[in-house]
Amino acid sequence: MLYPLLWLVSSSVKPENEIFTSLSVWPQKFQFDNYVKGWNGLPMPFTVFYKNSLIVTVLSVIGNLISCSFAAYAFARLRFTGRSFFFALMMTTLMIPYHVVLIPQYVEFLKLGWVNTYLPLVVPKFLATDGFFVFLMVQFFRQLPRELDEAAMIDGCSPFKIYWKIILPLSLPAMGTAAIFSFIWVWEDFLGPLIYLNDIKTYTVPLALRLFLDAEGESVFGQMFAMSVLSLVPVVIFFILFQKLIVRGIATSGMK
Amino acid sequence: MRRFLARNAPGYMFLLPWLLGFFLLALGPILASLYLSFTRYDMVSAPRWTGFGNYVYMFTRDRRFWKAIDVTFSYVAMAVPARLIMALGVAMLLDKGLRTISLYRAIFYLPSLLGSSIAIAILWRQLFSGDGAVNQLLAMVGIQGPSWITDPNTSLYTLVVLAMWQFGSPMLIFLAGLRAIPRDLYEAAEIDGTPRWRQFLRITLPLLAPVIFFNLVLQTIDAFKTFSSVFIISHGNGAPADSLLFYTVYLFNEAFKFFRMGYASALAWVLLIIIAAFTALAFLSSKYWVHYENDRD
Repeated sequence: MLYPLLWLVSSSVKPENEIFTSLSVWPQKFQFDNYVKGWNGLPMPFTVFYKNSLIVTVLSVIGNLISCSFAAYAFARLRFTGRSFFFALMMTTLMIPYHVVLIPQYVEFLKLGWVNTYLPLVVPKFLATDGFFVFLMVQFFRQLPRELDEAAMIDGCSPFKIYWKIILPLSLPAMGTAAIFSFIWVWEDFLGPLIYLNDIKTYTVPLALRLFLDAEGESVFGQMFAMSVLSLVPVVIFFILFQKLIVRGIATSGMK
Repeated sequence: MRRFLARNAPGYMFLLPWLLGFFLLALGPILASLYLSFTRYDMVSAPRWTGFGNYVYMFTRDRRFWKAIDVTFSYVAMAVPARLIMALGVAMLLDKGLRTISLYRAIFYLPSLLGSSIAIAILWRQLFSGDGAVNQLLAMVGIQGPSWITDPNTSLYTLVVLAMWQFGSPMLIFLAGLRAIPRDLYEAAEIDGTPRWRQFLRITLPLLAPVIFFNLVLQTIDAFKTFSSVFIISHGNGAPADSLLFYTVYLFNEAFKFFRMGYASALAWVLLIIIAAFTALAFLSSKYWVHYENDRD
């Protein structure tokens, strides 16, 4: 089960000639210059790509948390004309494959002059386009006792204050799950950056990794593996830290 | 009127980001893509209306479209059952109540979480290359393996194996489902001397049917949309010899390599229809094989 991953890690510290001759996950000789060389092996150092990935990912997580919890609060706790209609629309959009909106969105962003910036990757996250998280939060918010809002309302709390002071603090598990998954998904995202980022200065880590494949020659394998390992590090750290939350998130909602 | 506003204003205020997103990034683009699918559009000149031209061409003359359908359907037909069987098998093992269960659960789940990352695709390409680890392993038992990834006869199977390896998320859902089956059913069967395989057929499968159904629909939709790993493994174009020409890869190339945006939109709509049709079929058929707890008399 873990052998492929161990193979990847061990190949990243093996000398080039040992990668393809030995199956053992224990290298005969550890050498870490794949990491040093790989970090600087592309026209730009990985420092740039990591910074880019972090910018996109952190902004996306913030966007998702704000906009999805807003929408979920409206759907789950507020009464207004048209609520069930819009909720039904939201559930429908969940089922539509991304490919249907891909092309018009690209044209839209191109006309706005946003290609080669992070705006096409980040702005949609501030507009609650990840309906899945809205759905997840709606389910969670609904379980909270109604009396809380009612009591607060009688005390003269505004809806915003109820959202901020009551609903959010009680919803940390749901918010945490959404934050972790949106971090991991955006961190791993390849299609979005592939379409919108053409300038190597703007590349995220997955796009940078792909450059190794284009430069393919026996001599870069070790470096490619080393950088691959580093690209997985944030995901694995999240996984180890929040294993329980992640496992529960999947089992109850079916997320990947 | 004022009261109407006062009652509804907070709701719409909170819904505003979603509403903007819905109109600007979902509904608008969906309508636009439907329109574009009836045009020829290269992004340089304005879209030119061609009626059903794209669709007629796709179904009657585009051999790569049919190749993409063939590849994608073959993949779905192999990868989804393979992954679900793996997932159910491992879930049943874990359900037996090992002490270290949470550790195993985590280990089995990790590959799925890393699933769509480019690093895994790169790793896979290497493991299954001519001189990769898989062939070295085979060589030890005296088998000369093909160059899996670059041989059009075997390349698709390497992706099926990848899908199998990533059985973690359906496994967790199965595990939750298995936990919900009352133990005394098995105990009663045990007393009656019912053999294990029969307990599986008579108790486990029927009671797990809703969960199997849920996993089946989710995994199938997911499999149809497979992209990143195939894109990397197939050099971005479905190589070798179009044997990895997944539908999404074909669509991507038509749109962003050849700038046939109208045609690619038509492809996207056909994908939507395929997925919708499959989901509808699954729901219709579920009447006959999925029985929910409260349906029982």
